[in-house]
Amino acid sequence: MSIADVVASVCLVAGCFLCLTAGLGLVRFPDVLNRMHAATKPQVLGVLLVMTGAVIRLVGEPIVWMLVLVAVFQLLTAPVSAHMVSRIAYRRRHVRRDLLLVDELGTPAGAPLPTRPHPEHPEGDPDADEPADGPEATPRTIS
Amino acid sequence: MSVVVVVCFALLGAGAVLILARLALGPSLLDRVVATDALLVTIACGIAVYCAVYRDISLEPVLLVVALLAFVGSVSVARYIGGMLVADQPTDADADLTGRAEEAP
Repeated sequence: MSIADVVASVCLVAGCFLCLTAGLGLVRFPDVLNRMHAATKPQVLGVLLVMTGAVIRLVGEPIVWMLVLVAVFQLLTAPVSAHMVSRIAYRRRHVRRDLLLVDELGTPAGAPLPTRPHPEHPEGDPDADEPADGPEATPRTIS
Repeated sequence: MSVVVVVCFALLGAGAVLILARLALGPSLLDRVVATDALLVTIACGIAVYCAVYRDISLEPVLLVVALLAFVGSVSVARYIGGMLVADQPTDADADLTGRAEEAP
C-alpha cells in the first residue's frame, strides 16, 4: 500500500463512520429537527470524505470528474432539502417545543425574544460578561 | 485494502440497518423522509466505496443518479406535505409563524 492508498482508506473509513453516526442519531434523537441534525452529517461531510477517497484511488481513470460532480451537487442540494423539510416540520407541529430554548419563528416581529432559563445554568450563561437585558440592549433596539 | 472494504461495509451496513429501523418506526411522514434521505446517502457511499476499492468505474453513473434522486425525492415529498397543509388549514400556516395559533388545539 502506498501513501495515497493509506490516505484514501482513512477518508473512506471516516465517511462510512459518519453514515453509522447518522443511523445512531436517527434512532436515538427525539424529534424531526434533532434527527435532521444527525442525518445531514453524512450528507455533506461523509459524502465529501468518501468522494475524496474515491478520487484518490481512481485518479487517472476516464470519468473521475463525475465524483466531483456528485460532491458539488450534494453541497448545493443538501441545504435546500433540509430547509424545506424543517420548515414543513415546524408548521406541521412535529417540533417538540418544550425542547427549544429560543423559538424565533414563534416570536412576533420586533418583539424581544422570550427568555427561558438554560437547563444547566438557570441564572444565564456563566461565561457571559453582561446579562442580555444589560445597558447594551437599549441602544441596539434604537439603532 | 481487504481490511478497508470489510470495515467500510460493516459500518455502512450497521448505519443502514439503524436507518431502516427509523424508516419503519418513524412516527411521522417527515421522519421517514429524513430517513430515506440518509438511506440514499448511505447507498451512494457504498457504491463509491465499491468503485474506490476495486478501481471499477462502471458504477459511477449510478452514483450520480442516486445523488440526484435523493434531492428530488425529499423536495417533492416536502412540497406534497406543504400542499396538504395549505389545503387543510388555509390560514393556520401563516398564523403558526407569528405564534398566534399556539393556544388552538
